[in-house]
Amino acid sequence: MTFEYAPAPESRAIVDIKAKYGHFIDGKFVPGKKHFATINPATEEVLSQISLGGVSDVDKAVAAAQKAYTKTWSKLSGKERGKYLYRIARILQERAREFAVLETLDNGKPIRETRDIDIPLVAAHFFYHAGWADKLDYAGLGKSPQPHGVAGQIIPWNFPLLMLAWKVAPALATGNTVVLKPAETTSLTALLFAEVCQQAELPDGVVNIVTGDGSTGAAIVNHPGIHKIAFTGSTDVGKKIARAIAGTNKKATLELGGKGANVVFDDAPIDETVEGIVNGIFFNQGHVCCAGSRLILQEGIADELIEKLKVRMAKIRVGDPLDKNTDLGAINSREQLSKIQELASVGDAEGAERWSPACNLSAKGFWFAPTIFTGVTQAHRIAREEIFGPVLSILTFRTPQEAIEKANNTPFGLSAGVWSEKGSRILWATQQLRAGVVWANTFNKFDPASPFGGYKESGWGREGGKHGLAAYLKEGK
Amino acid sequence: MASSKKSSTSKSTSRLEVKKTFKLFINGAFPRSESGRVYEVVSNKSGFVANPCLASRKDLRDAVVAARTAQSGWAKATAYNRGQILYRIAEMLEGRADQFASEISLASGVTEKKAHDEVLAAIDRWVWYAGWSDKLSAAFGATNPVSGPYYNFTIPEAQGVIAVAPAESFLAFIDAIAPAIVSGNTVVALVPGSAAIAAMSFAEVLATSDLPAGVINILTGSHDELAPWAASHMDIDGFDISGIDKKKRLELKVAGAENLKRIHSFDGAISPTRIYAFMEAKTVWHPIGV
Repeated sequence: MTFEYAPAPESRAIVDIKAKYGHFIDGKFVPGKKHFATINPATEEVLSQISLGGVSDVDKAVAAAQKAYTKTWSKLSGKERGKYLYRIARILQERAREFAVLETLDNGKPIRETRDIDIPLVAAHFFYHAGWADKLDYAGLGKSPQPHGVAGQIIPWNFPLLMLAWKVAPALATGNTVVLKPAETTSLTALLFAEVCQQAELPDGVVNIVTGDGSTGAAIVNHPGIHKIAFTGSTDVGKKIARAIAGTNKKATLELGGKGANVVFDDAPIDETVEGIVNGIFFNQGHVCCAGSRLILQEGIADELIEKLKVRMAKIRVGDPLDKNTDLGAINSREQLSKIQELASVGDAEGAERWSPACNLSAKGFWFAPTIFTGVTQAHRIAREEIFGPVLSILTFRTPQEAIEKANNTPFGLSAGVWSEKGSRILWATQQLRAGVVWANTFNKFDPASPFGGYKESGWGREGGKHGLAAYLKEGK
Repeated sequence: MASSKKSSTSKSTSRLEVKKTFKLFINGAFPRSESGRVYEVVSNKSGFVANPCLASRKDLRDAVVAARTAQSGWAKATAYNRGQILYRIAEMLEGRADQFASEISLASGVTEKKAHDEVLAAIDRWVWYAGWSDKLSAAFGATNPVSGPYYNFTIPEAQGVIAVAPAESFLAFIDAIAPAIVSGNTVVALVPGSAAIAAMSFAEVLATSDLPAGVINILTGSHDELAPWAASHMDIDGFDISGIDKKKRLELKVAGAENLKRIHSFDGAISPTRIYAFMEAKTVWHPIGV
């Protein structure tokens, strides 16, 4: 039986997008020189003009952050710093709907996700870290651990405001000041966050936001006034950053790519598992570094599970991200869509079997139907490379040892999943899986109290929880 | 060489000393360098000391294979068991403290008293690190109160294979390997210059300490030659470059970026931070429900 749904669009009247934005430096919006367009990836409508930051803009932002660090922020007690963070958390909650709509417009992700996941987690991150600000002696880093100074933070487009929160909240709680660059295609919520900083009366220069592209990010990485780099993005760029700072004393945390294995044993609860697989790969259009993009199924249940998965996938609603019924929104950019298309074609060419449900994709905007590949082997590129889209590669196994070998057969190590009703098997598998986050009988869950980050080429360090604070502090006595 | 002094061999009345051939320590065995190369250790106090092996890139690769093969078993051993083996190393070293003191003194030229103090410090390091094996989760783990019906915990785990390039001293060598292995990593140690003498005698201690083969592999020779190969080796997860000259670290970090190696250096102080630097935090989620 098919249900028909009437459109249920969220109103965009709540957001007020300016025709043009500058950078946010030293508490003020500063006009940029060059601009580029930011578009709604669901419609290709131009939303605004964003400033392309250059070396001189980064210079000014770093100078402002340095001044704020020495003159105000490092002189404040942890208690007072924490109160600013609490204020920010509260304003974010108050303006949550506005942020959700703006994020959906600029990113293409469904309003259901921005409203129920991204923005609530953003507020939660500030609230969580606010409490740490005056309790850093208890973070396991010795007495009176000290901030590094100015943190340069470069974030991706898949969770624009959430990644800002993951970076800015711990940096401020630990007493660092910030120069942040949002991703080229998703600057709008970061710029709205700058207004929140103003409303919270955060001292000028504590948070500076310079918009731009990769060259702007490189200017931040290479700036001698930056003491700590926090980057979330591709493994390739992460390696470039590691090389760029090799001769410096800059600290770095890197949250990079993944090719998460979602391992399903034959005793798994099949309907819950199907939901978990869908959430693991189709959440946020698969634009998730920790996505469960390799499904590793025990042979005995493979056919039944794949059939059920197809039935479930046929019910995924792809379309207008602002529609409250939408499950799968737009691909974030034309460039990303091409990458997904290219790797999917490689999957075809290498002999894997592609399946997608029938989808009515709009001619305008960037869309990719939820897709699975069966008959995938470990040698296939779609089993090895991060696709960063709604594309699932399915492999099978016979013995638990084989499952673990396949799961760990990757240079990445960000996330993994395991599905089974047997407690001892779950604990055994979570021990064996070489990944920084392991979801057992669930997938893609996030929380500010829960450390996140990868093994191997998925990055350096952790974000969130007690472990995330270490990235922003020098050990005390 | 044992505890005898160089001078004693030249006395025509005493028996001729039986000298030791210094080889490498790979996978629990004592092979020569596949390259057939050696270098001279010459002390300004006593002249020629020995011809330890000048390890090659191929020796390094062999050592990495041994370390990788041994790693999962070593990490799977209980923390209690690993702690006992580290403590056993201290016991074995204590019994041979005089031998090590005279070897260090002979090879490096420091006084026998100073060398003896260094050995005693090294023994105490093993005891200190032995006790950490079953406390790392308490110190570096957490249960996390997430907002939802999930049990969520974080545990530290060993990274894998760690290369270490300590400074040219016995204590620096111990300071690099003990914190690396206590968590379940396996090690390839690149021991430079005159430190080779005591390090290779230490391999005999390891061989009698119930340490599984391949957990610690020791190569002697030149940092300049071996460290760049270690930095670029794709199956080494971490690299302790404490003994590398600051000017030469840039090149190693650039090479290590290819697999995002965890590259660290430390001052001499003992600290659990030195253990945790070569561990990864793993966070596990599981639903709570009936």
